Amino acid sequence: MLLTITATLEDGADLGYLLHKSPGRVHSFELAFGVAHVFYPEVTPSRATVAVLLEVDPVGLVRGRGPDSSAPLEQYVNDRPYVASSFLSVAIGRLFAPTLGGRSKERPDLAARAWPLVARISVLPCRGGEPLLRRLFEPLAYEVAATQHLLDETRPDWGASSYFTVELRATRRLAELLTHLYVLIPVLDDDKHYWVGDDEVDKLLKHGEGWLAAHPERELIARRYLRHRRSLARQALERLLAEEAPAVGADQVPAAAEEEIEHRISLNEQRLGAVLAVLKQSGAQRVLDLGCGEGHLLRQLSRDRTLTEIVGMDVSHRALEIASERLKLERLPERHRERLKLIQGSLLYRDRRLDGYDAAALVEVIEHLDPPRLAACERNVFEFAHPRTVVVTTPNAEFNVKLDGLARGALRHRDHRFEWSRAEFEAWAQRTAERFGYGVRFLPVGPCDATVGAPTQMGVFER
Amino acid sequence: MKRISIPELALVVLVGPSGSGKSTFARSHFKSTEVLSSDYCRGLVADDESCQTATDDAFAVLHFIAAKRLAAGRLTVIDATNVQPDGRKPLVALAREYHCLPVAIVLDLPEKTCRERNASRPDRSFGAHVVRQQVQQLRRSLRNLEREGFRHVFVLSSPEEVGTATVERQPLWNNLKSEHGPFDVIGDVHGCYAELTTLLERLGYDLATRRHPSGRKAVFLGDLVDRGPKVPEVLRLVMDMVAGGGALCVPGNHDVRLMRKLRGKDVQLTHGLAESMAQLEAEPAEFRQCVVAFLDDLVSHYVLDDGRLVVAHAGMKAEMQGRGSGKVRDFALYGETTGETDEFGLPVRHNWAADYRGRALVVYGHTPVPEPEWLNGTINIDTGCVFGGHLTALRYPEKELVSVPAERTWSEPSKPFLEPALQAPALTAQQAYDDVLDLEDVVGKRLVSTRLRGNITVREENAIAALEVMSRFAVNPRWLIYLPPTMSPSETASDGPLLEHPTQAFAYFRHEGVPAVVCEEKHMGSRTVVIVCRDADAARRRFGVVDDVAGICSTRTGRRFFEDAALEAELLHRVREAADHASLWEELGTDWICLDCELMPWSAKAQELLRGQYAAVGAASRAAFAEAVPALESAAAGGIAVDDLLVRARERAALTERYVAAYRQYCWPVTGLRDLKLAPFHLLASEGAVHVDKDHRWHMQMAMRLCDASDGLLLKTPHLAVDVTDSASEAEAVRWWEQLTARGGEGMVVKPLVFVTRGRRGVVQPALKCRGPEYLRIIYGPEYTRPEHLERLRSRGLSVKRSLALREFALGVEALERFVRGEPLRRVHECVFGVLALESEPVDPRL
Repeated sequence: MLLTITATLEDGADLGYLLHKSPGRVHSFELAFGVAHVFYPEVTPSRATVAVLLEVDPVGLVRGRGPDSSAPLEQYVNDRPYVASSFLSVAIGRLFAPTLGGRSKERPDLAARAWPLVARISVLPCRGGEPLLRRLFEPLAYEVAATQHLLDETRPDWGASSYFTVELRATRRLAELLTHLYVLIPVLDDDKHYWVGDDEVDKLLKHGEGWLAAHPERELIARRYLRHRRSLARQALERLLAEEAPAVGADQVPAAAEEEIEHRISLNEQRLGAVLAVLKQSGAQRVLDLGCGEGHLLRQLSRDRTLTEIVGMDVSHRALEIASERLKLERLPERHRERLKLIQGSLLYRDRRLDGYDAAALVEVIEHLDPPRLAACERNVFEFAHPRTVVVTTPNAEFNVKLDGLARGALRHRDHRFEWSRAEFEAWAQRTAERFGYGVRFLPVGPCDATVGAPTQMGVFER
Repeated sequence: MKRISIPELALVVLVGPSGSGKSTFARSHFKSTEVLSSDYCRGLVADDESCQTATDDAFAVLHFIAAKRLAAGRLTVIDATNVQPDGRKPLVALAREYHCLPVAIVLDLPEKTCRERNASRPDRSFGAHVVRQQVQQLRRSLRNLEREGFRHVFVLSSPEEVGTATVERQPLWNNLKSEHGPFDVIGDVHGCYAELTTLLERLGYDLATRRHPSGRKAVFLGDLVDRGPKVPEVLRLVMDMVAGGGALCVPGNHDVRLMRKLRGKDVQLTHGLAESMAQLEAEPAEFRQCVVAFLDDLVSHYVLDDGRLVVAHAGMKAEMQGRGSGKVRDFALYGETTGETDEFGLPVRHNWAADYRGRALVVYGHTPVPEPEWLNGTINIDTGCVFGGHLTALRYPEKELVSVPAERTWSEPSKPFLEPALQAPALTAQQAYDDVLDLEDVVGKRLVSTRLRGNITVREENAIAALEVMSRFAVNPRWLIYLPPTMSPSETASDGPLLEHPTQAFAYFRHEGVPAVVCEEKHMGSRTVVIVCRDADAARRRFGVVDDVAGICSTRTGRRFFEDAALEAELLHRVREAADHASLWEELGTDWICLDCELMPWSAKAQELLRGQYAAVGAASRAAFAEAVPALESAAAGGIAVDDLLVRARERAALTERYVAAYRQYCWPVTGLRDLKLAPFHLLASEGAVHVDKDHRWHMQMAMRLCDASDGLLLKTPHLAVDVTDSASEAEAVRWWEQLTARGGEGMVVKPLVFVTRGRRGVVQPALKCRGPEYLRIIYGPEYTRPEHLERLRSRGLSVKRSLALREFALGVEALERFVRGEPLRRVHECVFGVLALESEPVDPRL
C-alpha cells in the first residue's frame, strides 16, 4: 500500500519540515499491524514527493485476533495488505501527528499556509464507486482523478473491481489534506480494522471540525465511520454462507434496492395499511405476522390496542434482532411486551406455536420460497396453524414494466424466487382456498393501472 | 405382619398426622431419592423446615418434582401429612396425568403417641390441638380415600404394625419386557376362523399342539369377536394358545363389549355383537363363563422385548406405554377421537401415529386399512379381513408382513375402506406425512444418535443458523439424504518449504494402525451430491417426489447446484445414460444411485467468491506493487537507502503474480454442459444398501466404469494404492503427488482403504487432504511462502476440524442408512440438518 503526497513549495525540502521527517533517509515505524516506511521519491527545488509505504503483516492480521479469527472477513486472502484503509489512517495519525494538528515546530509559517498538493493513493477501495468518491471529495474542493481496475484482465466478463487508483488535487494546508484522508479513506472503504467504541465519536468530531458539519454527505460519513460490529449469530450465518452466493449481507443491499424501486409510490406504507385494514375488518385479536422481517408491520400492529396478542415470526435471526431493536422490545412495559412476541421459525416446518390464532399475515413472503417448497408452507399455514383469516400479499409481476430502474424480465428483489401475474396468483389462491376450506377475495394494493393492475396483489382468505 | 404390595410405578401418598412416623417409615422402605418430603421442600424455599408461611411454595416445588419423576416413570413417595382432601386432590390428579396408580398408605396411630413423639422433638413446638385436629381429619378421610381415586389403600393402625410392615413392588401387568419373542403379531380377526388357521399355518404354527415348533409366540391385537362367522372357534383357539403359553392377547373394543353383554350389562346388539351372541348361544354356559374370565383378564397393552416393541389394539402413545390407568386402557381400546363424526356417522379418529416420536415400535389394529402402512415407527396391521380384505401378521423382529386374503366378505363395512383411490396411493402414508417436517424435530439443542459415533450434540445456536439456510436455500428435503462431511488436512509439515506434505498424512494412518490407504487426486471444483433415478416413477416411489424430476445435483450445504433446471436435467440425463451403459442398475438391483462428486470448474459455482475475494485481492495486490516498486526505484535513484525495501517489494510482486496464476487454473467460462466436468468418487448408496461397507477400490472401480460409459461429461479420478508400512510405496506416492501439484493440481485426498475404518480410538478420519504449495496461495494468501509467514502458519490446530469431520461423517452415513432402511423423513432430515448445523461451528476456514 502506497500513498504519495506531492507538494509544490518555495523550497521542496520544506516538505521535510512540514512533516517532521528529514528527506535524506527512510523513516520506519513499527505499528501494531506491520511497518510503515516514509521516504521521499523526489525532492527538487520547487517540489517534493513524500511516500508512505505500509507493509501490513498479512499473517498477523489473522493470527492473534481472538475468537473472531475465523470470520470470512479475516481471511489470509485479504485485500488489506494492499489497499488504503483504516490502517493508513492509523499510520497517518502516528507518523504525522503534529502535521495533522497543524503544527510545525521549526516552521509554523509553512504549516499555516495553503500549498498546491497532489495526493495519490495507489489502491483505494470505494464502496459506492466513483460517484461516491466524487461526492466525498469534490465538496471539499478537490479535483478528483480516478482509474478503476478490472478484477482480472483475462476475464473481462467478471467486470470491474471496487479498487481505484486515485489522485486528489487541491491547494490546501497539508493538515487539512491529511485530515480529510484520515477520515474519508475508511469511509470509502466502509470497514474498520479495529473495534469501534464510543471514543470513535469523539475522534470523528475532532477531525471533522470545521468541515464535516457543512459536508453534504455528513450523514453517510458518520454512519460509515462509526461502523458497528456484527452480532455473533450473524457471524455464524456468514460462516455458513461464505462459499456460496448470494454473498454475505446480500439480503440487505437488494432489500434497499427494492425499496428504492418501489419508493416513489410509497408502496410499503400502502401495503401495510391495506393489511391492517383487512385484519381489523376480520375482528381478529390474536394475529401472526409470518415472515415479519425487520418488523414494519409489527410496529403498525402494536399500535392497535384491540389486538391482544401479536406474534412476529421470521427465519432470519438477524432480521429478528433488528425488529427487536426497532420495536424497542426490551424497553416496553411488561404488559405491552407480553402482547408482542418475536420467534424464529420457518414456514417450511410445522410449528405448533402457531396454532390457535385468529389471523395470519404473509406480507411479501411467498415469493421468497422456492415453488416446490410452497406446498409445505400452504399446509403449515392453512391446515396446521389454521387461523380464521389469512392475508397474503405478493408482487404483481405485470406491474414491473412500470417500475423504472428494473430491467425487463428482472425480479424486484434478488431473493425473489418468482413473481406472479394476477392470473397466476389468483389461480394459486383459489386452489389453495378450496383445498383447505377457505374462501378468498382479492384486493389491489397501490395505484391501479388500467392494463397492468396494481403493483402489489393481495388475497384475503377466510373460513 | 402387614404386607403392602404396590405397583412398581406408583405415586405413594403417605397419610398421617405429625408424629405418626411417616418419615421413618419412608426411610426404611424407599430410596431416599424416591421420597419427597414437604418439610424438606419448605426448607428449600424458606431455609426453615417448619416455616408454615412457605407452605404453598413448598408444595409447588414438591408437585413439580413429583411430576418430573412420574413423567420419567419413577416411583415417587409423598411424605406430608396429607390428612386433608384438598391436599390429596392434586396428588391424585398428578398420578392420573402421568397414568400412574395413586396408592395411599395411612399411618393411623393414636393421638397420644403422635403427641408424645412431637414433644420429644425441638422443631415441633406447635400446640397439641394441631395434632388432635389432624387425627380428626384423618379419621374423617379414611372411608373416602378409594372414592378420591386411590387404587390401593393400606392402613397401619399401631406402632407395631408400622414397625413390622413390609413393602413389595409388583411389576405392572403390561410389563413383559423380558419376553424377547420372536413374535407374530396378528391383526383384528373378528371371527374369521378359516383365515386365522390358514395364517397360523403359513406362519408355521402347529394347530394340534397350538404352539410354534421353534417357540415363536403369536400376539393377538384384539377384536377377536363380532361380525365374522366363527367367533367361538376363534376364541377357543386363542384362549388355548394363551393358556398354553403359545400366545399373548390384548383386548379390543369389541371384546370388551362382548364381555359386558355376557355379564348381563345393557349393551346394544349392534356392530356385529348380535352375531357373536347368536354363535355363543350354541355353546355350553361354562364356555361362555370361560370367555368372560379370559376377556376380563386381558391387559390393555404389552411392552415387550426390553421396551422395543409395544402392542395394543388401537395404538399407544409414547407417554402412556407401560403405564396403567383408565385413560391408558381407553386409549388402547379406542384410540383417540376428535369428538367429531364423519359422513358415515363414525367417530373421526385423531391420527396419533402422525405425532408419534417414541423409540418403541408400536403394532396396532382397530381401524381397517387397505394395506398395512408404516408411519413414524408404528404400523397398523388391521387389513379388514372380515370386510373382505386380508388377515395380516407382522413377524418380529424380522418386520416381515404375512397376510392371507379373506375367503369372502363376511360383513359389509359402514364406510368403504377399500376405496379405489386408497388402493393405489401415489405416495405411501409415510411419504404423504413427510410433506411437512416438524420444527420440533430440528430446533433447540439436539442429540442425534448415530451408528458410527453414538450420540452427537447439535447446539441450539447452530440449529438457528441451519434453520435459516435450510429454509431459504436448501432443496426439497425429500432429496436431502446426505450432506458431505468437512475434510481435515494432514498434519502440518514441521519444517521445509511446505505446509502440507503426504508424509504426514501417511503417518496419521500408520499411527492409527491402518496400513493400506488410497490416494485420490483432489479435483478443484465444487462438491456435489448427485442423485440419479432411473425415471420419474422411481423418484416418486423411492423419494416421494412428484414433480416429474428424476434426480438432483446439490451442493455441500444442500442447495440446488444449478439455477438452470434444464441444464441440471441434461446433466442428470447424461449420468443416467452412463449408468445404463455400465449396467449399474441391474448389477446393484436398484433404480436410483447417490454419488459423491466434484464438479468443475470451480468458477461455475464459486463465482461470487472468486470475484469478491480471489480476483479482487489479485487486482488490489498487482495495482499496489505497480506503484510501490517505481516509487522505491525513484527514491533509490535519488540515493536514498531503500534497497531492502525495493528487493522485498519486487519479491512480493512476483508472489502475487503466482497467486493470480494459481486461481486462474480453476476457472474457465461455462456456456453449457460441454464446459462442465463431473468427477464421481463415491457411490454412496443405492436401493437397500449404503456402500460404506465397501473399500475405496470398489468405489473407484464403479466410478471408472461410469466414466468409461460416459460421453465426456464424467471425469476419472487418478488414484494410487499405498502401503504406509512400505517406504518405497510411500516414496512413489510422494512423487506422484509432486507431479500432480507441479501440474497445477490442488493436491490429493488420502483415505483409509476401507470406507469406515476403526483405528486405535474409534473411527479414523474418512479422508485427509494434502494440498499442493501453489494451491495453498489461495488459502493462506499470495505471500504465505515467505519464510517469516510460513513459520507462523505452521502452528495450526487440527483437533476441532477433525472432530467435526468425524461427527459430520457419522451423521452423513447415518442419514443414508436411515433413508435406505425406509425410516420417516424426519429421521433422515435430523441427520442432514445436524451436518448443516455443525458446519456453522466456528472452525479455522483454511483447514
